[in-house]
Formats: sequence, structure tokens, C-alpha cells
Amino acid sequence: MRVALFVPCYVDQFYPKAAIATLELLEKLGCEVHYPKNQTCCGQPMANSGYEHLTSGCNNLFVDNFSGYDYIVCPSGSCTLHIKEHLYADGKEEQATEIRKKVYELTEFLVDVLKVKQLSASFPYKVGLHQSCHGLRGLRIAQMSELVAEPFSKPAQLLDLVNGLELVPLSRQDDCCGFGGTFCVVEEAVSAKMGKDRVADHISHGAQYITSADLSCLMHLEGILRRQNSDVKVIHVAEILNHSM
Amino acid sequence: MSTATTKDHPHLAAEFNRDEPRVNWHDETLWWVRAKRDIAAHKLPEWELLRETASQIKFNVLSNLSTYLEQFEANAIKNGIIVHWAADAAEHNQIVHNLLEQRGITKMVKSKSMLTEECHLNEYLKEQGIDVIDSDLGERIVQLANEPPSHIVLPCIHKKKEEIGDIFHEHLGSAKGESDPKILTETARQHLREVFLTRRAALTGVNFAVAETGEFVICTNEGNADMGAHLAEIHIASMGIEKIIPERKHLGVFLRLLTRSATGQPITTYSSHFSKPQDGTEIHIVIVDNGRSIQLGREEFRNSLKCIRCGACMNTCPVYRKSGGHSYHTAVAGPIGSILAPNLDMKKYADLPFASTLCGSCSNVCPVKIDIHDQLYKWRQVIVKEGYSPKAKTMAMKAMALTLASPTLYRMGGKTGRLVFKYAPFAVNNKLNPWYNQREMPKAPDESFGEWYAKRKGAKN
Repeated sequence: MRVALFVPCYVDQFYPKAAIATLELLEKLGCEVHYPKNQTCCGQPMANSGYEHLTSGCNNLFVDNFSGYDYIVCPSGSCTLHIKEHLYADGKEEQATEIRKKVYELTEFLVDVLKVKQLSASFPYKVGLHQSCHGLRGLRIAQMSELVAEPFSKPAQLLDLVNGLELVPLSRQDDCCGFGGTFCVVEEAVSAKMGKDRVADHISHGAQYITSADLSCLMHLEGILRRQNSDVKVIHVAEILNHSM
Repeated sequence: MSTATTKDHPHLAAEFNRDEPRVNWHDETLWWVRAKRDIAAHKLPEWELLRETASQIKFNVLSNLSTYLEQFEANAIKNGIIVHWAADAAEHNQIVHNLLEQRGITKMVKSKSMLTEECHLNEYLKEQGIDVIDSDLGERIVQLANEPPSHIVLPCIHKKKEEIGDIFHEHLGSAKGESDPKILTETARQHLREVFLTRRAALTGVNFAVAETGEFVICTNEGNADMGAHLAEIHIASMGIEKIIPERKHLGVFLRLLTRSATGQPITTYSSHFSKPQDGTEIHIVIVDNGRSIQLGREEFRNSLKCIRCGACMNTCPVYRKSGGHSYHTAVAGPIGSILAPNLDMKKYADLPFASTLCGSCSNVCPVKIDIHDQLYKWRQVIVKEGYSPKAKTMAMKAMALTLASPTLYRMGGKTGRLVFKYAPFAVNNKLNPWYNQREMPKAPDESFGEWYAKRKGAKN
């Protein structure tokens, strides 16, 4: 199985450990992982700001980098969703369509494609799971609290396989953290307040770590935790699933 | 009220956030309403089917709007109701004023109508020397405070009971320092009873207008619409053109959804049908367009007209909860307001589609399944294309797009560090990095993943 690793730009630049963990985890699980080296960004920062018309460069580059693989896997629900919903490329529409079908967020790939039922990971800590909105309501990697429907959670299902890990309950299981791309600076007051409230929910339930399938949320929450000099840390779900004692 | 039009959402939200305990209180109050909605929805196993059905009925309405409106008009006229058509807010306000003036009426009681807020009817009538008293308790409170409603269902949700006590003490003569909700409600009840008994004209909103029967339905918990309408010699009902439903049986879908979504109640205390005037009285309906047919013509945004004004999207919206209704500086706040307002004035409301993280909670509580967060995304594209985006932002976005479209520039940019934060703080002056205000910057690692991978043995590109 030839899997292309899609590493979002900010993960590449600021959180390489999460990308390394994703790569190692996929290899452990038997995938032949390729990293197309000319990849940059999915184009979401422009598109969500109203500049989708400026993303054709990113789209073309994405199609050139990611065509021809069996699957494309990304340790970010948000970037995966953007590709799924907005990747169009003039003259390469067939390839773009293929990519939109083949791109997976990591936890949904592990559950739905690799059908992972056991892991050798160990992480003896109390962990709060932050559901990123794009993973949750966009990709539906878990059931959202708004709908009257059967609950499920692919990230939680995987975390349950990790030795020693205790998932803490939350008062608001899927309230947004307030990152929101450029929202985090344009609407700084509300964004920071939303982040502070999410952090407080995890801390009040005894979380030692906050994890998520999206590092953009975690980057925002980490900024708040560090400003508060908190001992609580953020960690991408891939780093937990790849973590051995 | 006037300051709200001069500042945009980020500024007004920042002002709201200066009092953090108050933000917490506002957030928790609305979250509690959202939680009540969840409990009510989960009691109905068919909830998602009901939402889908309501959405489809409204889709049919929007696709055949003129037919249903004419059917409604014909049946209403048969019932003895007088029907008026208003192209815009000004015409609506003039029609109402003319009806009052012709009868020499200078005082009117009005129940909840967000349409009249949209049309700024109260201000207009005041200028014409007509005194309007809002009879919905929440609306009366904000009216006495000289503020607009901050929420379409819970107009004074931003006010604490102690503040309401102060307002009532000043205007209605309740004891100083009195904040017991029961006592304050009784004070309002006595005050409004006198209003109901003495007003010759009553204006109400319309929740649903039934094309099949020519009747209309008004939902209230306080019975204030009924009190006003039944005691007045002229009842004026203002409705937007989108309030139509085809048949009476469809109320079985909408009435089950409306209040469960709004407050978690199974149904409003009063769901009153008005079909014909009592002897010696008149019912007038003013059917208002005010930009709705333009929105109907915008294919990507027409579904916003399905809205039944339950307010569920506001209660669930974390941005609304933490910024308050007034920060939206428009009659209908929150996510739904942010997709309706740009249709009315794209320049004035260019900030609103950006007052969202696109978390998608709104679309999934919406009882008529409006794709609110997708429309927010689409409005952003329209606003930028129409030139209502700040120039500095456009420049930054162009630079960012160029960098990200080139692997070489990207690597260089990444190496010199913090690419995202280099381009993101465009909205404020450069001396201040808004990220850093309440958050630490991420620690930049020594090497990027790409750099690490290039050195890795057996790297597969």
C-alpha cells in the first residue's frame, strides 16, 4: 500500500515531531510511506479568509505532489477537509477528484482503512481529547453532540487501545477552541477567550495532556497553557499512538 | 444603540470581553439553553427526520414562493383580512403609520417581531409622534433600557436580574434594589395590563402563514401577542415573505421543532391561529420583501430564507456566547444574522461572515438545516471579490499565496521562521502581534519535518 504523507505547513515548520510520529506509526502498521518533498500548504489560510481565488497555485502544487498514490494521509482533520472540499485544479480535474477521494485524516485512516484493532503503544497519563471542529463536523471522525445519533469517536477508539491511558470526561465535549485560522488574530479577544475556556475544562477534569487530531487547535491551546505557566501539555494523537515505554 | 453601527465585530467583541466574569455568565447562560435544546431533541428519536422534513418543506416554499404568497393572499382576503405588500422597510413603516394615522391612533402595543427591528419601525413611529410599547417582557426591558434586543428569542439575555431591577425601579416604580424575578415580572405584568387595556392598535409578528387557509400563527410564551390583538380594534401583523408554509398540517412539523430548538420546551405556551377578524375589528397583514427576493436570487445563500427564527444557532455559537448579540451590530445577531445581513448591506456587514471559526455547530442544530457555516465561508469569498476586504489583508494574502505556491519560497520562508505569524497579524497595526497578547508563540524547532526527512535513511519522496 503506497501512502503519501501530507504534512501541513505549520506542522512541518513548528511540530515536526507529530509528522515523524505519523510516519513511524504508518510504517509500523505496514504502509509504504512516501513524503512528496515539494509539498507546502493546502491553501486553507487563504480560502478561509475569503481568498479562495488565490489558491490555484497551491492546488496545482498539491495535485502534482499527491497524484498516483493509493492513499494520502494527513495528521490534521482541518487540512484534510479543505482538500476534500476545495481541491480543484484547471486541466487536472481528474487527478484532483482522485485526490479528494483518497485523502484521509490519520485516525480515520487507521480505523476505516487499516482497521487497527490493537496497538503496542503505552501512555500512562490522564488525557483530554479535544475534538477539532473540522475533523468532527466536517470529516465526522466522531459523532457531534448536536445530532440525535449514535455516538462514536475514531480518535477515542484508538486512544482506548493505548496502555495506561485514561481519557478524562469533559463538561463540553465538542465546543470549539477558537483557533479558526486567521480568526485567531482578527478576533483575538474572542479567540483567546474560547481557548482559555477549553483549557479550563480539560484542567478541571484532571487532564495532564490535551490531545487532538488537529495541531492547529493544539498550537492555540498550547499558547494559552504556556502563558498560564501550566504543567499541562499538548500532544498530537499520533505521538500518543506511536508512543512506547 | 448608535455606537454599535460605527465599530466592527472584533472591536465590539473585545469591548465585551473586558469584563471576563460577565462573559462567563453570558456564555454559561446560553450554553444552558443549548443543553436544554439537546435534552428536548434527544427525547424525539425522529428528530433528524423532522429537521430534514422541515428543510424540504421550506425548500418547496422557496421554489414556489410567489404561488404560495398569492394563494395565501387570496385566502386571507376571503377570511376578511386586509393584505398589504411592502417592497422594503420604508414602505412597511409607511403602511403601518398610515393605518394608525387614518384612525387617529397615537399609541400602539407591539409583540415580538424581529422584522420590525429590521425595519427600525419603533424609531420611525416615534418620529411620527406615535408611542410604541413592546409587550414581550424581554423586549420591554431592552426598550426601557434604550437598547436593541441582543438575541432574537431572548432579547435581554445580556442583562442580569439586578440590572433589570434597576431599570424597573427607574421606569416602573419597583422598589430600589428589588431583583426577585417573580416580583419584577409581576411589576411588568401590571404595567403591561394597563397598556393592553388602553391600546386601540396592536402589532404582532408572524411565525407561520398558511397558504392553504389564509391564517397565520403566532407563537409566544407570555400570551402577549394575543392580549394585544384581542383587545385592540386594529391588529397589524408584519411578516417577511419567507414565513409561508403550504398547508396547515405542516405546522405539525414546525411547531415541534421551533421551541425545542429555541428553549428546549416541547411547544410555546401559546401557538395562536389568527384567521379572521372579530366583529367590529380589523386584521391587516403587511407582507414585506426588504431584500428577501434578492437573497432568493442568490443561489448560494437562498437557503438562509428557510430560517424560522428559533435562535438555536446563537445559543450554540461559541463566538456569539463570548461576544454578545450587540457585537453583531444588526437586528438579527449570531450565525444566521451573519449570513442574512450582508445581503442587506455588504459594506456595513462585511465583518460578520468573519466573526466565526467555521466550527459548524450552527448548521447542525438548525431545525431547518441551513448550511450556515458553509454560507459564512461563501460570503467571505463574495465580500473579498466585491472589494470589501481591507487592502492590507489582500496584500498579505497575495504574498502568502505566492510563497505557499512555491516549494523554494516556502522552504526559505519557513527557515527564516514562523511563516504563518509573519503574515497573519495583518488586521492590527504591526507593533502589536494579536496572537501574543494572550498566547505564547509556538517554539520553533531546529529543523522542519522536511529537513529531518531529507536526512533520513531510505527516504521515499
